[in-house]
Amino acid sequence: MGNYIKLAVLGVIMLFAAVAANWGRDAAYIVHAIIILLVAGFMFLRVLRQTDEPIRAQADGYMDDVVRAGVIATGFWGVVGFLVGVIIAFQLAFPALNFEFLQPFGNFGRLRPLHTSAVIFAFGGNALIMSSFYIVQRTSGARLWGGNLAWFVFWGYNLFIVLAATGYLLGATQSKEYAEPEWYIDIWLTIVWVAFLVVFLGTIFRRREKHIYVANWFLLSFIVTVAMLHIINNLSIPVSIWGSKSVQVFSGVQDAMTQWWYGHNAVGFFLTAGFLGMMYYFVPKQAGRPIYSYKLSIIHFWALIFLYIWAGPHHLHYTALPDWASTLGMVFSIVLWMPSWGGMINGLMTLQGAWDKLRTDPILRMMVISLAFYGMSTFEGPMMSIRAVNSLSHYTDWTIGHVHSGALGWNGMITFSALYFLTPRLWGRAQMHSMSAISWHFWLATIGIILYAASMWVTGIMEGLMWREVDANGFLVNSFADTVSAKFPMYVVRALGGVMYLSGAVIMVWNMWMTIRAGESQTAPVGVAAE
Amino acid sequence: MSGGKKDIDEVTGTDTTGHSWDGIKELNNPLPRWWLYTLYLCIIWAVGYSIMYPAWPMISKASAGVLGYSTRGEVAADIAKFEAANAEISAQLAAADLTTLSQNEELMRFATSAGGAVFRNNCSQCHGSGAAGAKGYPNLLDDDWLWGGDFENISYTIRHGIRNEEDFDARYSQMTAFDEILSNAEIDAVVQHVRALSNQDHDAALAAEGASVFMDNCAACHGDDAMGNRDLGAPDLTDAIWLYGGDAATLEQTVRYARFGVMPPWGERLTDAEVQAVAAYVHQLGGGE
Repeated sequence: MGNYIKLAVLGVIMLFAAVAANWGRDAAYIVHAIIILLVAGFMFLRVLRQTDEPIRAQADGYMDDVVRAGVIATGFWGVVGFLVGVIIAFQLAFPALNFEFLQPFGNFGRLRPLHTSAVIFAFGGNALIMSSFYIVQRTSGARLWGGNLAWFVFWGYNLFIVLAATGYLLGATQSKEYAEPEWYIDIWLTIVWVAFLVVFLGTIFRRREKHIYVANWFLLSFIVTVAMLHIINNLSIPVSIWGSKSVQVFSGVQDAMTQWWYGHNAVGFFLTAGFLGMMYYFVPKQAGRPIYSYKLSIIHFWALIFLYIWAGPHHLHYTALPDWASTLGMVFSIVLWMPSWGGMINGLMTLQGAWDKLRTDPILRMMVISLAFYGMSTFEGPMMSIRAVNSLSHYTDWTIGHVHSGALGWNGMITFSALYFLTPRLWGRAQMHSMSAISWHFWLATIGIILYAASMWVTGIMEGLMWREVDANGFLVNSFADTVSAKFPMYVVRALGGVMYLSGAVIMVWNMWMTIRAGESQTAPVGVAAE
Repeated sequence: MSGGKKDIDEVTGTDTTGHSWDGIKELNNPLPRWWLYTLYLCIIWAVGYSIMYPAWPMISKASAGVLGYSTRGEVAADIAKFEAANAEISAQLAAADLTTLSQNEELMRFATSAGGAVFRNNCSQCHGSGAAGAKGYPNLLDDDWLWGGDFENISYTIRHGIRNEEDFDARYSQMTAFDEILSNAEIDAVVQHVRALSNQDHDAALAAEGASVFMDNCAACHGDDAMGNRDLGAPDLTDAIWLYGGDAATLEQTVRYARFGVMPPWGERLTDAEVQAVAAYVHQLGGGE
């Protein structure tokens, strides 16, 4: 019976997508309608083939197939995202690389959101979803709730990524940083995200442990808050149901404030809270040591999620935003410093009694460098939120350097180490195919980040000082183009740093491939509650 | 959890909370003191700062802060400081006779530093940071002027612009597009003639043919001697300086479809003193007359 309802729903979607492809007003919308038509058609045939077939026995043990798919997707999107990043870094250094024959699709303006979304949402998002599915099962001692709903989350989320990415290239954007996808993609992501929340909560409710592990607090706060941010920042009215363009509900400074409330908390809850959830599982597992302080995890968790949500206005210092809001954003950011560092302390101190393993274990080394970059960027962030510092750093490459020391150092490194942790376990191998390749990856990535961050600090501060330089009579000394040409050498260094980081990721994907090829996927039995 | 009995971690000797998830336990360490006190300090600082500066939203407006600070006020004070310091000399510059400006050393220095800033912010986008121009945008460093290179003419061009629709007094002229007026052979010939005028490689026979085409169609603006006419912004065709290019292909394009370079009127945007200053700046770049 359920299959007949599915078939009917898929049929309606196919019909609607076919009509939309026919009546669509712009290229992105038509292409998306065709993609949806094909996906729905494929699903329709799949369901049809299964209908009235005998139902296979319910699998037991942990539901790891979807985690395996997530591991592969994370590696794939990581390489894609880093590659686009390297391309646009070279485009900035050598604008001639905006080739005429690639216009308008290969323009920097369209590739830049492709890069940011690919690394944050495709690479980071898949990493978060797959590791939360893995962690919540292990720490609850329960199979994922909801059966194939987890698969819906995985494929639905990756469909969202494909729709977003093709939309950028075809010119569909709502022009909100990190929230570029248009209205129908936003609606789709909302549906997928609610399903994610349901699977996660359902599994938590099934748990065999009385207490909920700290990693799951962070993951749950990430899922709930991102849903709230996503819905409110994307409130918009489509111009037509047959077109991709929509109009934002908020306007002017209200829109800017909503956007940066969203943008900052995308950093706070997607890239910080979510990844802290990963850290709280993988670091103690890899080190084989208990978490350093339960008290610290409680206090820094609640302080972090209470404070982060107010810090957004520091993105809008010296703008139309009223001074009072900008002050509040700044003071909340400063107070946020210690709660952020709580995660670093708890992670690093967990190595108490296991520091010697750093000599032999490149995966643990990656986790430590990741926490070091986390600590550095969560110090740098509050510092840059201070109005006086911000008057120098705002709009300069310093911001880009800050973001990347966080993204490449913290998010990237913790994700790589999670992939190295998971791949052998999920495919039944004792360890990765090549341990020395992990060391290569470690050094390439670390040196790449240092080149990247250092060149962006130099160029950012230089640019900020050049912009504000005035002569004795108060007249500006430099033109904008002067600052651009002065940045050229640092742009080349940054791009080379990116090449090194990308090479490391390519080595990782090769290593994963070799590991997976020689292994075989196994179903792990559901763990038993401790004593 | 084994019935209230303490579960001690062997390595550190610290007791654990007794929880265990997938083998992960938690130590019962207290909050690091330095961490806690730094957090307290940050909170105290935050409260203090938000009393000093505008911060807390009330019913009709936000608290203004004890220091009476505002970001707009800070910028306004900064601008006012320089404006007050420059008030006298700015007024002098606005009223100054530009032709004698170079004799007043102090005023000239002020004018070029002010004019340089105006230029970098407003003019460099087309003419380049170093004023060397680009295709279609004249080089301001040489002594080849389309509309005149003395103070008065430079200042007029800046104030009113060229071929724009905003300013009734903008400099205006329009080259004829000869695509449908001259035959292809005539166009080829006049292009070779222009190349001959500027001492570039050319086909001598064609160039000779082109001489009469030039006299009939081009000389009215560019002059019988092809030295140009500043009243019409018609460029000198005998020198090696080209606004769009002196190669045969570019010349052919120019003859066929004409050119219509536009410059906005800056008098609408800049103050009188700023127009004077940037005129002085451009004048002293090298080619001023």
